[in-house]
Amino acid sequence: MNITIDVQEQAQQTTINLAGEIDAYTAPKLRETAFPYTEKQGADIVIDLSGVTYMDSTGLGVFVGLFKSLNANNGTLKLTGLSDRLKRLFDITGLADIMNINSGSEGGV
Amino acid sequence: MNFRDTMLDEYKEILKTYINDQTEQALYMSQKFSRKSIEFKISPEEMISLHKTSIMELEPELPESLLLSLDILLEVMMSYGLAYREHQSLRTIQRELINEIEVAASMQQTLLGTQIPNIPSMDIGAISVPAKQMSGDYYHFVSHENGAISVAIADIIGKGIPAALCMSMIKYSMDSMPEDSQAPGDVLERLNRVVEQNVDPTMFITMFSGLYNPETHMFSYSSAGHEPGFFYHAETGEFEELQAKGLLLGVDKKAKYNEYDRKVEVGDVILLMSDGVTECRTEDGFLEVDTLIGYIEKYIHLGSQEIANKVYKELEYLQDFQLRDDFTLIILKRTI
Repeated sequence: MNITIDVQEQAQQTTINLAGEIDAYTAPKLRETAFPYTEKQGADIVIDLSGVTYMDSTGLGVFVGLFKSLNANNGTLKLTGLSDRLKRLFDITGLADIMNINSGSEGGV
Repeated sequence: MNFRDTMLDEYKEILKTYINDQTEQALYMSQKFSRKSIEFKISPEEMISLHKTSIMELEPELPESLLLSLDILLEVMMSYGLAYREHQSLRTIQRELINEIEVAASMQQTLLGTQIPNIPSMDIGAISVPAKQMSGDYYHFVSHENGAISVAIADIIGKGIPAALCMSMIKYSMDSMPEDSQAPGDVLERLNRVVEQNVDPTMFITMFSGLYNPETHMFSYSSAGHEPGFFYHAETGEFEELQAKGLLLGVDKKAKYNEYDRKVEVGDVILLMSDGVTECRTEDGFLEVDTLIGYIEKYIHLGSQEIANKVYKELEYLQDFQLRDDFTLIILKRTI
């Protein structure tokens, strides 16, 4: 039950690479790490989920929170590298319709 | 006699035994002594003072410097003593908190209690088991004046006490819905506005809302990002996923929720569940939908409550009796 969060800040874009499991135990860590980046005006954030093996609804809540915070600050959020299982989670919750999501296998939708 | 009264003699005895012949027995005795000291809240600095007194009596010839060094050791241990007492008082507070949470959890049960409606044509069963003390899953039934029944199953994202408080809000909003807005899509749209305005912005809710009309036997439903349920067609013996598109509650206040209908024939079964059921983790990964369907199929001939209980038992066994997520399963079976 662990997560690794690797943040790479470039001039225009912040890339966050996640690996491991996002659940009730690890979600707070992700929220704390990622949230400050969403509060900058016009932030452009890409979160790569290729290394994520499991995510539950608590994890999903974190992404909705980041998404809302970015929207409020005119930022953009893009999620990449979603496994089929993760993609399903975003589909069911209707989030795939409002978020920018690229699943890993298809390389872009 | 109190331990405090005898401790000096006991300690001296242990010390003497060990100084004389370094036996395992003396080490064992000192471990026992140490546990007893903790029980009687003897602080580390008291222990050192005890040691000093004992050794002075046993070995009067000891060099002065060694005895003096014990004074320094005693001073140094003072902070440890304080930290230990702080730890003790925190443990007391922690025990009190645990009690409070237990009270809150049982209050949650009472507050959120819902009556399974009793209608002639529908056999209804429900089971909801929290992974921790407070559940983030919630289900609710409402019996309407015209005989129709509403069913809702929800998962509050963000667990624990905030989720439980949020649930009460949902329950009371649902109970106070006007009789003329029973349509599942309307219910979700109203709740979405309530949640969007009132709830902590990092908290979201998935909900499946359904309405069964016992006169027409139509089941209409909408979903706000909730795990799709299943519909079992008795005639063909097939399971169909109750697909419905709709956004989580609390993300966008303008969200619209489409409504879908199914005609429920005699023997047909509607199964609603939380993601604790479908995201159930097993030793070799995740529960596959086919496996879940398999369990349901195995018990589909039983009464609704029994199906729910048996499926829960199977999945509990699969997870080695360690629920990682709250588990809720509702079964509606048309009987006549």
